[in-house]
Amino acid sequence: MASITQFNPSSPKRDLIIMVVFAVAVLTAPIWLAPVGASYPDLLQRFAIFGIFALGFNILFGLTGYLSFGHAAFLGVGSYAAVWIFKLLTMNVVLAIIFGVLVAAIFAVVVGFICLRRSGIYFAILTLAFAQMFYNLAYSVLTPITNGETALTLALDDPRAIDAMFGVDHGAGLPAPSLFGLELTGFTAFYFCAVVLIIAFWVSLKIFRSPFGLKLLAIKSNQNRMLYTGFNPKPYLLVAFVISGMYAGLAGSLMVITDPLAGAERMQWTASGEVVLMTILGGAGTLIGPLLGAGIIKYFENIFSALHHAQLAESFGFLPNALVEPVVSVVSLFVGEGWHLTLGILFMLVVIFLPGGLMEGIRRLSAYVRAKRAGDGEETVAGGATQPSE
Amino acid sequence: MNDIVLDVSDVNKTFGGLQALSNINLKINKGKTHAVIGPNGAGKSTLLNVCVGRLEPDTGSVMFDGTNLTGRTPHEINQLGVARVFQTPEIFLDLTLLQNVEIAALARRDGSFSFNPFKAMAAEKELTREAEHMLGEVGLGKLTEEHTGNLSRGDKRRLEMAMCLIQHPKLLLLDEPTAGMSRHDTNRTIDLLKRIKEQGMTKVIIEHDMHVVFSLADWITVLAQGTIIAEGTPDEIRGNPKVKEAYLGGAEV
Repeated sequence: MASITQFNPSSPKRDLIIMVVFAVAVLTAPIWLAPVGASYPDLLQRFAIFGIFALGFNILFGLTGYLSFGHAAFLGVGSYAAVWIFKLLTMNVVLAIIFGVLVAAIFAVVVGFICLRRSGIYFAILTLAFAQMFYNLAYSVLTPITNGETALTLALDDPRAIDAMFGVDHGAGLPAPSLFGLELTGFTAFYFCAVVLIIAFWVSLKIFRSPFGLKLLAIKSNQNRMLYTGFNPKPYLLVAFVISGMYAGLAGSLMVITDPLAGAERMQWTASGEVVLMTILGGAGTLIGPLLGAGIIKYFENIFSALHHAQLAESFGFLPNALVEPVVSVVSLFVGEGWHLTLGILFMLVVIFLPGGLMEGIRRLSAYVRAKRAGDGEETVAGGATQPSE
Repeated sequence: MNDIVLDVSDVNKTFGGLQALSNINLKINKGKTHAVIGPNGAGKSTLLNVCVGRLEPDTGSVMFDGTNLTGRTPHEINQLGVARVFQTPEIFLDLTLLQNVEIAALARRDGSFSFNPFKAMAAEKELTREAEHMLGEVGLGKLTEEHTGNLSRGDKRRLEMAMCLIQHPKLLLLDEPTAGMSRHDTNRTIDLLKRIKEQGMTKVIIEHDMHVVFSLADWITVLAQGTIIAEGTPDEIRGNPKVKEAYLGGAEV
C-alpha cells in the first residue's frame, strides 16, 4: 500500500496557523456540519473519538510503515480501564482517562516488544493474533474483569472510594461521568472530546515535525541504511507503537464518558480493520488525512446507513414520475443497509486512483488550481493588460 | 602500535562448503587508503561485511581502534566510528537530499537512540548548515531540496558518501565507489576521496577500476579465492606476476 514518505520541517508560524485553523474548525463543527445532517452531539463526539484513534494509528503506520491489525485491542483495554475507575474510585473522567491511557501503554509495550521482532506481513499477523486473543479472553477466562458478554457496566453498589471520601452525592439512579462536577452529556461531552482531540492533534503535529518523526520516516524508507547509519530501529519502533497504543487507549476511555459501558466487541478485528481503512482512505502519513478518513467512515456508518426508501423518493421528486421508482430502487442499493457498498467503492477508487488517500486528491487539485492560476497570470502579462494595483 | 586502526586477524568464513575467506590477516594504518582488489568471487565483499557486523566470522577477530567488532551489531559498529558506502547506493528514498544527510548527522550527535518529540527539526539550524555544507563538498549543493528518487546513480553514491562523511568516521569503507559511474564522475569522486585523505581519514576501498585504485591507494591487498595472494605498494602490485595470473585466469603472461 503506497503511503507518503515525506517530511515537512515547516515553520513555527505555519504550524501555529495550522493549529488555529484546526481548533476553530473542530470547535465550530456543530455549525458547519449542520447542512449534511451530522451536527448532533453524539455523532460529533464519535468523529472526535475515532479521529483520535486514527491520529494515533497514523503515527505508527503513517510514519514507520508498520501495519498493525490489532489496534482495537488497545481501544478496548482503555475502555475497560476507564470503566473500572468509574466503578472503584470516582466518576471524574480525568482519572479514568489517565488510567485508560496508562493501561493501554502497558499493554502496548508488551505486545509491541513481541510483535516488532518481525516486520511486514508477519508483524501484521502477530498484532492481529494478539488482538483476537484479547477479544476471546474477554469472553472467557477474563470475565471477572470484563464481565463477558453482558459487558462491563456501572452498578448502584459500586464502591467509588474517592467519591465516597469526598462525599459526592450521585443521587438515587446510576451516576453519570463528570468533569469536576460538570456533567458530560450532549454538547458538553462533545466539547470535552473536541478539546482532547485538539491536544492530541498538537502532539501528533509536534511528532511529525521533530527529528524523532524524521527518523521514523527514515526507518520506513530504508531500515538497512538506518542500521549502518548508527541507529537502532527497535526502540524507535517500540516508542511509536506505544504512542499509537496510548492514542487508542485515550479514544477507548473517551468512548465510555457518555456511555459508561465496555464490551469486547470493541476489540474485534473488524474494529482494528476500520482504523486501517480510515487512515488509508484519508491518507497515511499525512497530518489531517486520518481525521478525514475517520469522519467519512463514521458519517457513512451513521447518516448514509439511516437513509431509507421514502427519503430517497422525496429527494428524487424533481424527476418525472416514471423515473423516480427505477432511480430510487437503484440508489437504495447504496444507502441504508447497503452503505458498505458505497464505502467499498469509494475505498477502491481511492486506493486505485489516489494511493496517497484523499489528501493526495486535495493536493493534486490545489496544484492544478495553482498551475491554472499561474497560467492565467502569465497570459495577462503576455497580453500586456496591466491592472492598477490597489 | 597505536597507528593500526583496523586489525583483521586469522579470519575464516565459510558458506556451506565454500571457503569464502581463509586465514585473512590485514592491518590498516591510520590515515592510509587501503585498496582491496581481486577478481569476482574473491571474497572482497565478504571481508567488508565481516568488518561492519553484517556477517560474523567463523574464527578470528576484527579489532577496530582497540575494540573487538565480532558479535557487534551494525549500528554499534557505526557508533564506534565505522561508516560504509554500499555497492548499490543505500539511501532514504523519497526524503530530500538535505534530510538524508541530516539524519546521518543526527546519528553522530544523538547516538543510536534519542527521543524528544517536542523538538522541531526546523530549529536545528546548525545541523542544517552543516548538512548543506557537506552536500556542497560532494558537488550536490544545488540539489539539497530535491527528492532522492530523481537522482542518477552517481549522484546517489555521492549522497551516500556525504552521509558517511558528515559523521566524521575514523574508518570509511567503500564498496566499489565508482561502479557504474561515467569517467567524468569517476574523476570527480577520485578528487573528493583525495581531499578526504588530506583530512587524515582512514579508508578501505574495494574497487575493480584500476585507474581508481592506482590513483588513490597507499597500499594494496590482492584477494583471490578467499586468500591474500599479494600485498604491497601500487608499484609492487603492478609488477607482481601472481596478480596478473589471478586476474587473467592463469593465462600465459
